[in-house]
Amino acid sequence: MATRSGAGRQRLVVVGNGMAGARTVEEVLARGGAERFDITVYGEEPYGNYNRILLSHVLQGVDDEADIFLNTVAWYAENGIDLRSGVRVQRIDPFGKVVVDGAGGTQPYDRLVIATGSVPFVPDIAHLRDPRRGFHQAVFTFRTLDDTRRMVAYARDHERAVVIGGGLLGLEAAAGLASHGMRVTVVHGPGHLMNAQLDEAAGRILRRSIEALGIEVECGARTTAVRGREQIEGIELRDGRFLPCDMVVLAAGIRPSTEIAEMSGLTVERGIVVDDQMRVPESDDVFAVGECVQHRGETYGLVAPIWEQAKVIADVLTGADPHAAYHGTRTATKLKVAGVDVASMGVVAPERDTDEHVVLSEPRRGVHRSVVIRDGRLIGATLLGDVGRAAFLQGAFERGTALPEERLSLLLDLGGPPAEVSVAELDDHATVCTCNGVSKGAICGAVTGGCRTVGSVMDATRAGKGCGSCKGLVAQVVEWAAGGAVEEDPSASWYVPGIPLTKAELVEQIRARRLLSVSSVFAALAPEGADDARSKMALTSLLRVVWPHDHVDERDARFVNDRVHANIQRDGTFSVVPQMKGGVTTPEQLRTIADVADRYHVPLVKVTGGQRIDLLGVPKEDLPKVWRDLGMPSGYAYGKSFRTVKTCVGTDFCRFGLGDSTQLGIDLESRYQGLESPAKMKLAVSGCPRNCAESLVKDVGVVAVGEGRWDVLVGGAAGAHIRQGDVLATVDSPEEVVRLAGRFMQYYRENAGWLERTYTFVPRVGIERLRALLVEDGEGLAAGLDERMQEAVDAYVDPWQEGAAPVEPGQFRTALPLTPLPQVPVR
Amino acid sequence: MSAEPQVVADLVAGSATAVCRVEEIPPGEGRAFAVAGEQVAVFRLRTGVLRAVSAVCPHRGGPIADGQTDAQVVVCPLHAHVFDLATGACRTGQPPLRTFPVAEADGWVLVGGG
Ligand code: SRM
Ligand SMILES: Cc1cc2nc3c(=O)[nH]c(=O)nc-3n(C[C@H](O)[C@H](O)[C@H](O)COP(=O)(O)OP(=O)(O)OC[C@H]3O[C@@H](n4cnc5c(N)ncnc54)[C@H](O)[C@@H]3O)c2cc1C
Ligand code: SF4
Ligand code: FES
Repeated sequence: MATRSGAGRQRLVVVGNGMAGARTVEEVLARGGAERFDITVYGEEPYGNYNRILLSHVLQGVDDEADIFLNTVAWYAENGIDLRSGVRVQRIDPFGKVVVDGAGGTQPYDRLVIATGSVPFVPDIAHLRDPRRGFHQAVFTFRTLDDTRRMVAYARDHERAVVIGGGLLGLEAAAGLASHGMRVTVVHGPGHLMNAQLDEAAGRILRRSIEALGIEVECGARTTAVRGREQIEGIELRDGRFLPCDMVVLAAGIRPSTEIAEMSGLTVERGIVVDDQMRVPESDDVFAVGECVQHRGETYGLVAPIWEQAKVIADVLTGADPHAAYHGTRTATKLKVAGVDVASMGVVAPERDTDEHVVLSEPRRGVHRSVVIRDGRLIGATLLGDVGRAAFLQGAFERGTALPEERLSLLLDLGGPPAEVSVAELDDHATVCTCNGVSKGAICGAVTGGCRTVGSVMDATRAGKGCGSCKGLVAQVVEWAAGGAVEEDPSASWYVPGIPLTKAELVEQIRARRLLSVSSVFAALAPEGADDARSKMALTSLLRVVWPHDHVDERDARFVNDRVHANIQRDGTFSVVPQMKGGVTTPEQLRTIADVADRYHVPLVKVTGGQRIDLLGVPKEDLPKVWRDLGMPSGYAYGKSFRTVKTCVGTDFCRFGLGDSTQLGIDLESRYQGLESPAKMKLAVSGCPRNCAESLVKDVGVVAVGEGRWDVLVGGAAGAHIRQGDVLATVDSPEEVVRLAGRFMQYYRENAGWLERTYTFVPRVGIERLRALLVEDGEGLAAGLDERMQEAVDAYVDPWQEGAAPVEPGQFRTALPLTPLPQVPVR
Repeated sequence: MSAEPQVVADLVAGSATAVCRVEEIPPGEGRAFAVAGEQVAVFRLRTGVLRAVSAVCPHRGGPIADGQTDAQVVVCPLHAHVFDLATGACRTGQPPLRTFPVAEADGWVLVGGG
């Protein structure tokens, strides 16, 4: 064993920062590896480590990019790991024991792990590549976060996609693109979809489920050429047909990424050849793991085997178990493909005359189940559409347990409470979460170890945090292990993290004990009276709602934006957005704004999406002067509060106008300006159903519908989420609009969770219930709501008045004393 | 308030800067100062304790003095990373903030180091 002279520490270098590389590092750390090794990790992608499986979710827009990270860049630093992200390794010198990177840099190692994963397989199709630029700009592969981003961006303004390949990846890509409104055709060479996992009958049923999503499927079809130079026009099939499209996704399979191993003189067949310790034959100090390896002739394309391999390497490397060995994985997979559950293990179809084949096929329900039995043992199973029996079958498959004589019962949940029985039936070793390799035993261990909620078990074990298809089963196992003593995650219902009360309980206590300041709330209601920085902003807002006049203002309990009445920017400067009710301004106002922008060298003057003007990049100490010179009230573009009312020109000017939307917008804004609320409230008033002010997607949207009538919609959104508002009521006058909008906003202020926008609040409460409460006044709440709203309205003071008389020392003092601000670019 | 004599002695023995009067930092808030060419954020916690840490967030340069505090931590206003005020350690995976000795003497806030 080569040891660096003097020091007892070895250099462990990992090439490839994907699911296998990063998992191996984690397993090494879990075995105390931080003591033995200085760890360096190379990753060609410029990120930390993310869950590749969830790229399908990112493509569909159900997960944000940030949600799929397993280890952020910071994690590496925290664990003392030298992460070289964005650096490609060129080759390895196994004799000199150094790694050479693309920029010519070298890094010596004592132990090396190669985890380079796979590359997309590119079939032989004419004109895929532009001779000068690599792939045609409209041709995509689906492997990395960058691939996914590019596809999302391209899908936005293109209409027809062809996905080449009808396996897991191709179907996920197709479903993702279809969710962006594209017309998608899947072109698959073999005779049925997912032929690696499914038999023909199951493939046919899957095809129907995929077609039900509006995706077209061509099986037995070979793509021969792509047509089109700058823009793609379509693809040509071998049978002479032409399919028009403007985007092509290649998902025809993967190939182990072996280039650096080959260049370094390691044995490569289909993958990098390794022994049972995951070592390459050429060197005892070089290991390989993941999709790039070939072990006992097998290569793998799913994560489950990777978890086992990573453990073996870590055991061997750290000496935790020098004889640990990997014996191959009997691939049992459980997947969600384009929303369809698929589980498969072992052989797909009978291979010998004596093999038993039991099939239960229900095309109408999209369900197919089959098992193959040899000599009384389960050697294969396929489940599609309903995978309830998967865990049980997997147990039988992996451990070869004896099967019931009544073979059909293998496929049916016969009588009894099925969930309980099958969870109890599960062996401790049975894998529950394939994505993260978590067994039933590990979940039970977390429960015995004190985790009492499904959420905390998921955090502790990572079960259910991959593709998510096993969440139900995880919950069942937790329940079973806890003997029914599972608890709801209590903090999920608290209004703020620092005080163990729901919003209703909190408000009740605040009223009953007349708690007027944030510090008195902590003293009375927090565990041990401890204050909590992350709870302060929400409590400040709540106290202002509960006590419009009487609350005691504590400046440290406000977020910086609310201390200085402006929105903090990336360099510590602020933006100034004066009120411009309903988006209406005057030449005089514009002149003043222009003068102020000149006088204070404002780097950027910009028209906002909220129909007013933003002065960006103002240093904190200039805020009072800027406000003074503007002489306009605050537009509240920084607060969790009532923001703007967008309007259209309405009856005064528009030839289609049905109501004076501009005036109504101004009236709404004049009345409700600046009100704090659990999250932002953005409104709009449109003069006719053409909806030029986008009223359908506002927290409160108002539309003139003719004959003096107005629709009032609530719960709309078009920011991070898109939702059309629900019609709360159609009313007969602008005055009624103002009253009803106020009543709704007060109800929302009093009942919504912190940071819960109306687009979540309205569907949670239900529009019928809101109508019953606010329009029909079924429980007699209306008068009280109107009254408390009036009180809040009466308490309004323009906060920019504080510029003339700061309320505390140093309120507008710079927080970065040696940094010349602004640093934002000046246009 | 918290005039830990030893800290004051150390500060005076070494180089200490009187950055402001105690009442110039409102309770629970922070203010930033340049101390010997370093940007330092000084907090007066609601418990009365004074804390001083580097004023620039290691994440993306956020103004730490504008952050919100409790008895233990400060939260950066830009992306809400959380730092322990006593040790500077980050609880959310960023590199730590530097800490500086700080104490009150005769109503002045003294910051050492730099
Ligand atoms: C200035 C403006 C962009 C522009 O140049 O036009 C803007 C700027 C910001 N928006 Fe916005 N939003 C602006 C209009 C919008 C709109 C359009 C609108 O208001 O009609 C939307 C979609 C409507 C909505 O709110 O749903 C919008 C949806 C968001 C969201 C997503 C909220 C959501 O839950 O969907 C955020 C993030 C958040 O609130 O957590 C956000 C957050 C932000 C913040 C405040 C980010 C931050 O916390 O610092 C940005 C401040 C930039 C800065 O440095 O000052 N901004 N933002 C617009 C100001 C409008 C105004 O006059 O008040
Ligand atoms: C969209 C999608 C959906 C999937 N869904 C599932 C699923 O539902 N279930 C399942 O089990 N599996 C699924 N998979 C497969 C699973 O993601 C892979 O099995 C797994 O990621 C393989 O891990 P790996 O570390 O071997 O390779 P990767 O995760 O690809 O990691 C390899 C890393 O090495 C880096 N690298 C390569 N060469 C170099 C070099 N020379 N220098 C530096 N760095 C280099 C690469 O940049 C890459 O980040 C899916 C895959 C995709 C793409
Ligand atoms: S969309 Fe809004 S939050 Fe995002 S960068 Fe633009 S202004 Fe900032
Ligand atoms: S700059 Fe401080 S959290 Fe990002």
